Amino acid sequence: MKMGSATATSHNSAVKGGAAFDRRAWARHSLLQQLAALRWGIAALIIVGWFVYYPIIDNFFVSTTNQDIFTGEVNAVGLDNYRRLLDDQVVWLALRNNGLYAVFSVIFQVFAAFVLAAIIEGLRNRTWRNFWRAVYFIPSAISTTVTGLLFYFIYQPDIGLLDAFLHLVGLQNLSYTWLGDERTAIYAIIAMSQWQGFGYSTLLFTIAIQKIPRELYDAATIDGAGAIRQLFSITFPLTREMTGMMIIVTIAGAFQVFNEVMVMTGGGPNNSSQVLGTWLYEQGFNQNDMGYAAAIGVVIFVATLITGLLQLWYTKRRRVEV
Amino acid sequence: MSTVAIPVGARPARNPWVMLGKGFLMALLVSAGVLVLYPLIWMALGGFKSNSQIFSDPFALPNRWSFDNYVAAWNLGVRNFLFSSLLVTIVSTITTVFISAWTAYGLTRTKMFGKPVIVGFVLGGMMLSPTVALVPLVQMMQSLGLYNTHWALIILYTAFRVPFTTFLIRAYMLDLPRDLDEAAMIDGASEGQIFRKVMLPLCRSIIVSCIILHILFAWNEYLFAMIFTNQIDVQTLPVGLTSLMAKHGTNYAEVFAAMTISALPIVLIFFFTQRYFIRGLTEGIGK
Repeated sequence: MKMGSATATSHNSAVKGGAAFDRRAWARHSLLQQLAALRWGIAALIIVGWFVYYPIIDNFFVSTTNQDIFTGEVNAVGLDNYRRLLDDQVVWLALRNNGLYAVFSVIFQVFAAFVLAAIIEGLRNRTWRNFWRAVYFIPSAISTTVTGLLFYFIYQPDIGLLDAFLHLVGLQNLSYTWLGDERTAIYAIIAMSQWQGFGYSTLLFTIAIQKIPRELYDAATIDGAGAIRQLFSITFPLTREMTGMMIIVTIAGAFQVFNEVMVMTGGGPNNSSQVLGTWLYEQGFNQNDMGYAAAIGVVIFVATLITGLLQLWYTKRRRVEV
Repeated sequence: MSTVAIPVGARPARNPWVMLGKGFLMALLVSAGVLVLYPLIWMALGGFKSNSQIFSDPFALPNRWSFDNYVAAWNLGVRNFLFSSLLVTIVSTITTVFISAWTAYGLTRTKMFGKPVIVGFVLGGMMLSPTVALVPLVQMMQSLGLYNTHWALIILYTAFRVPFTTFLIRAYMLDLPRDLDEAAMIDGASEGQIFRKVMLPLCRSIIVSCIILHILFAWNEYLFAMIFTNQIDVQTLPVGLTSLMAKHGTNYAEVFAAMTISALPIVLIFFFTQRYFIRGLTEGIGK
């Protein structure tokens, strides 16, 4: 019944279209249709354009000004803020800290996570495989504020869990003000970050490993290749794409770190644990120097742009290879 | 032969070195598991302990199991933070997923004007970092009168997550066969009807994945929440926790209770929806 009437209407329109076919009218109609279809894109274009692209472009303009937020006065200062960047010791320190973040994260969240994933996938029991995967992932599901505060307590000298543990095993002379010392603060934060993040990449690697055909391992076993040999000759080469992608994503993440540093030290002591994000916050929202903060924002933008383009290039190249 | 007696799947592991290696790997898995879980358990148990017991006896189980600290934390503002978090998460999930599905449909099933440019524009938003937009956004939100409102967070969470969510749904729609929506079109259904009645049901599983990934993001987001809200009745859990810490930081037990209340819902959601969660994550990075 319903089907019948629908077919009838489509017949009708086909006849009408055939009778009055006019190339120009058709082209106009088709353009109108294309424009009308824009209604599907308009919501995303507006909200993304207005709240993502516009502020990021505006940030370049703000970075060439000095703004007084109390009087509302805005002065164009050209590239002054960028000259200040070059002379700012803390910016270089922050870049170094972001770099350290990247190095440690690649070691733990890519390579260690890969090894762990390979071990998990080597387990014969499916329930255990899922169990370990899920357990390691839990910290990644929790807010960095919670994990940051938790480790703030763990690192407390004398009363924190870490020192209590050191006392328990008789290493009390290693007891230390982990977050309160300029030399160790950033490492303590990075360690927390690895604790939180390795399970996420382990999970992704287990899925990449699952996609490798079992026959390859069976054949290798028949040929007498041991587990370690199989790891290096099968698992590693066949998950190389995922590894490459993970390295890029991890480095990109390392240059956008903010939450854990903010929660655990606020960049201190004596700016020793500042990263670019927290230094931007300090300059813009504590020192009210919006122009300079915007210039730091441009540095972060360049870092994310480079990693973003790398990612794009990597994905494209992979498509071509496959 | 002895191999006959060995159950399928288990290989003989008589070689002591192999046994030792396996034991070592198991020990590694277990110790990594303890390292991950113990701090979290310590946190949840800390919420039951008295403040003095946390200091004097960090490894012990609570002396008495009472919910006093949890109740105290609840009344110190966690109730308000939880409500804000729920509101912002639910509303921004609906707006993000709806706009993304709508856009993905247009980008895969219509002859939209300038489609390649629009695809590049929307998906390109994935590369842009919220930190970079921060300074202009503050001025923008102030002039829009949205500063210190839930709307500021809802709008920003939507704007910054539409690109990624559209990317996931679009990839899924591209892989769907076109037979069904073409059949519906021949039957005279309008584009709106095809979207609602054909595409949305077909995309149910990726939409569930997107909903869960967005909940995870919105529940845990800290940067925007910290910058754009500063009152107890607007702050979400992550930023509320830090202000609770600033005010009552000496009372470890209550802060632990507040942290546990904030972490528990998302851990439960993860456990109950793992399948969709993992699909979303792998689609996001693997495509």
